[in-house]
Amino acid sequence: MVRLIGILIGIGFVVVAGISLITGVITHLTTEHVEDAAHALHEEPRNYDFDHDGPFGRWNRQQLQRGFQVYKEVCASCHGLNLVAFRNLSEIGYSEAAVRAIADQWQIQVPSINPDTGEPAGRNALPADRFPNPYANETAARAANNNALPPDLSLIVKARHGGANYIASLLTGYRDPATYRDHHGQPVPEDIRPGQGLYFNPYFPNINIAMPPPITADGQVTYTDGTNPTVDQMAQDVAAFLTWTAEPNLQTRHRAGTAVLIFLIFASILAWFAYKNVWANAKRTVRVAGPLDPENMARREAAKDESGIAG
Amino acid sequence: MAFPWAQPYEPKNDFTRWIDQRLPLPRFVYGAVGGGYPVPRNLNNFWNFGVLAGIALTIQIVTGIVLAMHYNANADTAFQSVEHIMRDVPQGWFLRYAHANGASFFFIVTYIHIFRGLYYGSYKAPREMVWLLGLVIFLLMMATAFMGYVLPWGQMSFWGAKVITGLFGAIPLIGESLQTWLLGSFAPDQATLTRFFSLHYLLPFVIAGVIILHVWALHIPGSGNPTGVDVKGPQDTVPFHPFYTAKDGFAVAIFMLCFAAVTFFAPNYLGHADNYIPANALSTPAHIVPEWYFWPFYAILRAFTVDFILPAKLWGVIAMFGAIILLFFLPWLDPSPVRSGNYRPKFKLFFWILVVDVLILGYVGGAPAEEPYVMISQLGTIYYFAHFLIILPILSRVERTLPLPNSISESVLHGEKAEAAPYGTPTAATETGSVVPSKTL
Repeated sequence: MVRLIGILIGIGFVVVAGISLITGVITHLTTEHVEDAAHALHEEPRNYDFDHDGPFGRWNRQQLQRGFQVYKEVCASCHGLNLVAFRNLSEIGYSEAAVRAIADQWQIQVPSINPDTGEPAGRNALPADRFPNPYANETAARAANNNALPPDLSLIVKARHGGANYIASLLTGYRDPATYRDHHGQPVPEDIRPGQGLYFNPYFPNINIAMPPPITADGQVTYTDGTNPTVDQMAQDVAAFLTWTAEPNLQTRHRAGTAVLIFLIFASILAWFAYKNVWANAKRTVRVAGPLDPENMARREAAKDESGIAG
Repeated sequence: MAFPWAQPYEPKNDFTRWIDQRLPLPRFVYGAVGGGYPVPRNLNNFWNFGVLAGIALTIQIVTGIVLAMHYNANADTAFQSVEHIMRDVPQGWFLRYAHANGASFFFIVTYIHIFRGLYYGSYKAPREMVWLLGLVIFLLMMATAFMGYVLPWGQMSFWGAKVITGLFGAIPLIGESLQTWLLGSFAPDQATLTRFFSLHYLLPFVIAGVIILHVWALHIPGSGNPTGVDVKGPQDTVPFHPFYTAKDGFAVAIFMLCFAAVTFFAPNYLGHADNYIPANALSTPAHIVPEWYFWPFYAILRAFTVDFILPAKLWGVIAMFGAIILLFFLPWLDPSPVRSGNYRPKFKLFFWILVVDVLILGYVGGAPAEEPYVMISQLGTIYYFAHFLIILPILSRVERTLPLPNSISESVLHGEKAEAAPYGTPTAATETGSVVPSKTL
C-alpha cells in the first residue's frame, strides 16, 4: 500500500517537474539569447602575488605600512575603517609613540562633547579610538558623493569575491570607455557607457562604478621607505593593508595551523599504529584471551554469582 | 545488551563496585560503547561516520557555548559583536572559524553517514527506528544550521532568513500569517534574531537527546554490517572496545586533520563573501544562496517553474520538504529482504546514479537561477523523486539478488573479501585494507 501510494506521488512529482522542464526547454529554444553586455565586459580580478598568500603566508610589514600611508592619504577622506583602532597599528610595526602621534594628528576628529557645555564637539583621536568615520552619517556621505555611499573598508577584502586581488585590480582597472576594447576586441556599447558621476571599470561587477579613480598617477604618495610609488605598487600596497584590516589574525592563524597540523599528523600516525596493533591481535584476543575464552567465561559466571547481579 | 555473549561489566575495585551498586552509570557506558557491546567484525570505514558526527556535534556545542559568552543577539550590534570576537577576544577568531567550518564538517560526515545507510540498507527491519530517529536528527540539524547562519546578521543572514521563512508564505490561506509568526515581525528584525539565537542554543541539546535515542534504538538489534547478514554467533562479533574505539580513534584523527586544514588555511572558503557586509534591508544581494549543505534541496525548490493546478512556488516548497519527508517512508518503499547493496546489482547501479544526481543538484543549487542550471535542476529533481518513489518500490519486487554468505564469519574467514568490501569495488577496496580481520585470520 505504501509503495502504491509512493509510486503515485512519485509520478505526480515527476510529471509536474517534467512540465516545468519541457516549458523551460521550449522557452529556451524559442527565445533569442542576448548576452548581457555588462556581463560580457566584466573581467575577473588579476592575480597578484602577496606575501600573505598561501598556507605559510606572512605579513610584509613594510608593505602594510606603505598601504596604510596610501589609505591615510588617498582613501581615508571618503572611506571609514570603523572596526580598526589606532592601537592596532602597533601590530604592523608602528611604535607606541608613533601610534599616539598618528592618532593625534588624524585628519578627522572623534565625535565628543564639550566638557563645559555638553554641546557636541570633536577631539583629537587617541590610540584606543577606532578610525573615525569621515562623514557624520549616511545622508551626509551620500550628499557629498553624488548619492553614492562609500563603504567602510574594514572588511572589504573578505566581503568581495576575489579579495585583495579584486581590490588591486579595481584600483588599477579604470579605463576610458570610448577607447576600451574587451578581450574579443569589441568596443563598449553606447547604452552601457557610464552616465553622470559614474566611471567605467571592467573589474566592477556592473562595469560602471561611482567611485572616481582614486589612484591616478605615479608618485601620488611619497613613500618614506624609498619604494617607487607606481600606480600598481600603491594599489597592491593598499590591498595588502586592507587584507590586514579584514583579517588581522591571518599570520597567527597560519602559524597556529601549521603547529596543529604537525601535531595531528603525529597523532594520526600513532592512532593508526594503535588501531593496527589492536586488530592484529583480533584472533587471539577474541578466541583465546577475550570474553569468549572458556576460562574467562567460567570466571565471569563465578563473579556474577558472587556479586548477585543477574546477567 | 544485544547478544547473550556480550561481556557483562565487572567492577575492577571496591570503589567502582561501590559506584556500580548505587549508580550503575559505568555499567551503562560499558554496555553501550565499551567492551560490553558486541559489534560485527567486518565493518568497513563507512561505519566510522556516526562517531564522527558525534564528535562534530561536540565541537559545535563546546565552541558555540564560548561564542555565546561574547556574542550579542541585537540587530544593531550583532555584526559588530562577531567582529569583536574575531579581533579582540583571545583566540576568538579560532572559535568562530571552528564553529562556522564545524557546521560544514558536521554536514559532510552526516551526509556520508546517511548515504552509507542508503547503500547498506541500514533503514531496513529491524533498524527502522534507528533510521527514523536519524532523520529527526537531520531535520533538527538543518533547522539549527539555518538559524545559526542568521546570527552574524550579515547580508546573507538577513536575506537567507527572509527567503527561507518566505517559503512558509507559499502555503495557501495561513502562509502569510505563519511567516509573520515565525519571524515575529513582517521582515527579519530584532524579534527574529533573538528567537533564532534562543532556538539555536536550544536545539543542539535536543539533537544530543535524540542521538541517545538513536544509539539506544541501534543497540536493540545491534549494528548492521557490509554483508547485511545477521550476526549468528560470537564468532561474528568483536567487542566495541578496544576494536572499534581503536578504529574510530584513527578516523577521528583523520577527521580532525581535514577539519583543521580548512579551519586554519581556508576558513572562508565554504562561506559567502556577502555575509561580511552588515545586514541591510534596503539592498538585496545579486544572488541569494543558502549555505552549501542546503544546495541540493534549494535546487529542488527552484526546479518548479510552472503553475500547474498549484502555484509553482508552492510546488517547489512541497517538493523540497517532500524530498526529506519521503525518506521517512523508505523502509516501506524498499521492502527487499536483502539489505546490502553489495548483493543487489541493479540497486547498486541506481544508488550510484542517485549519488551523482544529488551532487549535481548541489552544484546547480549553488548556481544562479538561470539556464542551463534550471533545466539541470529539473532533470535532477525528476530522478531524485523517481529513484525513491518509483524505482525502489518496483526494483525491490523484480530484482534478482546475488546469493548471500551464510554468515559474517564465513564471508570473512573464507576469503570472500568482496562481501565485506565497501561500495561495490571488491578488488580495489580490499587491497586498501578495509577488511582487516580477513587478513589476520
